[in-house]
Amino acid sequence: MVLYGVAALAVCLLSGALVGELLGAAVGVDANVGGVGFAMIMLVVVSDRLRRNGKLPEATEQGVLFWSAMYIPVVIAMASTQNVVKAIAGGPMAITAGLAALAVGAALVPVLSRIGEPAEPLPPLVEEEREV
Amino acid sequence: MDRIIGVFESNDLLVAFVVVGGLMAISVWLSKKLTRGWLHGSAIAIILGLALAYWGGWVTGGEHGLADIAIFSGLGLLGGAMLRDFAIVSTAYGVDLREIKRAGLVGVLSLVLGVLVSFAVGAAIAAAFGYTDAASMATIGAGAATYIVGPVTGTAVGASSEVIALSVAAGLVKSVVVMVGTPLIAPLIGLNNPKSAMVYGGLMGTTSGVAGGLAATDKRLVPYGAMTATFYTGVGCLLGPSLLYVVLRALVGG
Repeated sequence: MVLYGVAALAVCLLSGALVGELLGAAVGVDANVGGVGFAMIMLVVVSDRLRRNGKLPEATEQGVLFWSAMYIPVVIAMASTQNVVKAIAGGPMAITAGLAALAVGAALVPVLSRIGEPAEPLPPLVEEEREV
Repeated sequence: MDRIIGVFESNDLLVAFVVVGGLMAISVWLSKKLTRGWLHGSAIAIILGLALAYWGGWVTGGEHGLADIAIFSGLGLLGGAMLRDFAIVSTAYGVDLREIKRAGLVGVLSLVLGVLVSFAVGAAIAAAFGYTDAASMATIGAGAATYIVGPVTGTAVGASSEVIALSVAAGLVKSVVVMVGTPLIAPLIGLNNPKSAMVYGGLMGTTSGVAGGLAATDKRLVPYGAMTATFYTGVGCLLGPSLLYVVLRALVGG
């Protein structure tokens, strides 16, 4: 059933968020520490195990894949609800600080990526994949 | 007329689907006609979304961009933290666990370095603009990490509310420029594989920025970047008001 996929996804996020909240409380921080990350790892591990045991019917899979396909629309909606006015109203200092943080961080990406084994670029997207 | 608007207001999530669908259709068309596919449709849609957010905020004076206009309030639900995180987690489906294990150590390194570097850069810029006391520098530096770390640090170290507001603005600017800038800088920094996406997420840390930016670059990279970015705010809140503030105070005094 499609719902099983959606429900499983929700269970992953809820338990991940709980773990993140508890971790935050444990280190005395007023923020969720990695809740989404834990949820993702949980989803990967659980779905991998279920698939190997052949207990992941296609309908269930569809429940997860639907939300995965909804990701870009959700991000666009998110962009349209940002407090852009306040970002710009922060003036030159806020804008310089934000831009500089991006520039310096981006410059470090190639440096850090060189540590450890080299990674292969993903194969180019085929047209159908782009459409999703 | 009121009854017609009432229909839209009581079905606000559906209006949001239509708005985003329309934005996407326009963007895909613009991407093909104006940029010949060079800039992804989703990148253009995000830029249009941000422009509309500016307009919405300007018209209403609210904090939630277009969602502050009643008939568009559904965008707040569709683009809110709950569905955003739900959709981000779902992208992890089919992710290769080996990739994550392989890049795990670099991911952690990028997180710590990301918080450190943003903090240092933000604090230096604060000083350049005349905020030379340790509390203000730490708060604005923390804001350059993310707009959550800024106020958390500012409150802890007793910064003024004006400085806290500036730190939020710095964080918001970062999240917006990461959203728009990622697809443009991706080819320059080799952002085309899971490992560099994890490093990028760790260095940038703004979940919404990384989530939007990677979506506009290559959707397959999203789960890897989001995976590390989600730990960033926590690490920032941990280090900002404590270690980083103490070191900064030792360096600049007071």
